[in-house]
Amino acid sequence: MNKKLNIFWLIVLFIVSIGISSYEEKFNILPSRIYQSVVYPCSNCHDSKEVNLQRRQLQFHTDIKLKGHAEAQRWCLDCHDANDRNKLKLLNGEKISFNELYRLCGQCHGNIYKDWKAGVHGKRIGSWNGNKKYLLCTYCHNPHNPRFNPIVPETSPKRPEETLIK
Amino acid sequence: MNDKMSRRDFLKSVLGASIYFLTGCSKELFQKRFQEMSPEEIKQMLKQLQAEYRKKYGININVKATPAIKGVIFGYALDLSKCIGCRRCVYACVSENNLSRNVQIHWIRVLKLKKGVFNLEKSEHYYNPKIVPETGYFYIPVQCQQCENPPCVKVCPVKATWKEPDGVIVIDYNWCSGCRICMAACPYRARKFNWREPLLLKDQINTETHYLGNRPRMKGVVEKCTFCIQRTRQGLYPACVEVCPVGARKFGNLLDPRSEIRYIFDNFRVFRLKENLNTNGKFYYYFSLGWR
Repeated sequence: MNKKLNIFWLIVLFIVSIGISSYEEKFNILPSRIYQSVVYPCSNCHDSKEVNLQRRQLQFHTDIKLKGHAEAQRWCLDCHDANDRNKLKLLNGEKISFNELYRLCGQCHGNIYKDWKAGVHGKRIGSWNGNKKYLLCTYCHNPHNPRFNPIVPETSPKRPEETLIK
Repeated sequence: MNDKMSRRDFLKSVLGASIYFLTGCSKELFQKRFQEMSPEEIKQMLKQLQAEYRKKYGININVKATPAIKGVIFGYALDLSKCIGCRRCVYACVSENNLSRNVQIHWIRVLKLKKGVFNLEKSEHYYNPKIVPETGYFYIPVQCQQCENPPCVKVCPVKATWKEPDGVIVIDYNWCSGCRICMAACPYRARKFNWREPLLLKDQINTETHYLGNRPRMKGVVEKCTFCIQRTRQGLYPACVEVCPVGARKFGNLLDPRSEIRYIFDNFRVFRLKENLNTNGKFYYYFSLGWR
């Protein structure tokens, strides 16, 4: 009898611990990089190439320009994993998928990461009382040039004198 | 048989016609105030309203009267350090809430203000630059603040507007007499009047509507923002929250300590417009960047 109870509690503990460990990190996100990760993953090209750790002028990816994001201190392989290009790399060496990139950004932007987790930084869609969808950092910020670009505003409201009364 | 109508037949038809007019045509005339209606009566009235809309617009419009969720008071927060004045919210609101297109009615006004001065009298909402944000300016979207102490409700002579249990101020358009005293009372210029029959094209109509919210209105009634009552009472975010490209708009339950809005209260300094008027609005403004 006692043994059975013990096993029962062990199972309960197991479930609870899974719940706790996943509580912090699981968000209902809009998945990112579907095209890259499924249709044309980065490894398609990069697996056949030798890893070059040197900072240099790239021949490919010339459209990617680090700008306004501490470009002097930063290099591709600080965030992209050198050996597995389909993954990102945290400072502690852990490899993470592109769908978890908020952990990568959160390494430096701790305050904003905290707000984002609470649903306050960035955009949310869905339900206010439950199943809200989180948008990843890169939906709004270009990771290589994160500052928001100005956009074209919608048309201004008509002044009363412009309004057409037939 | 004589082809002349007999006296009895004539009286019958007159009586029939008058009963038809009294019961059928002018049912709206005898409609009670929404708050005084029984659930049965509401159901019947909604059915009739839908039939009317079908006749008028030629499409099926679903009119609901979802009651407030218990234990919920809606609150809204807007991050002024992120708003870029792009007016996406204004037009999302127009299409979600079936606002008039010919004579423009906008429930949200985005005010442009010079940085360093907080003088609403010097604000402008007709700004029209090529790109936003313009340097040296910031933007404040203003809509109905859903006051806890609403001046517009106080002044309404026919009690056509009131505060719902979830804190949203609503209008019974069928009961509104169009006197516009509420518009004079509102310090936020949130209320708008239908001077003409609002023009709504068939394909522009949002068919998911609420009786107190976005159902198509008629000429001669006042309307305003209801925090998208038709969406929020189903658990969804308002349309302006979902469209905001910079995520400046936040919405939630003020009574839930884990809601986004309560997180904002705990972590940022919030303020309200014209607090000195004691309207006690539930629309908060805050600066998230650089103001911790």
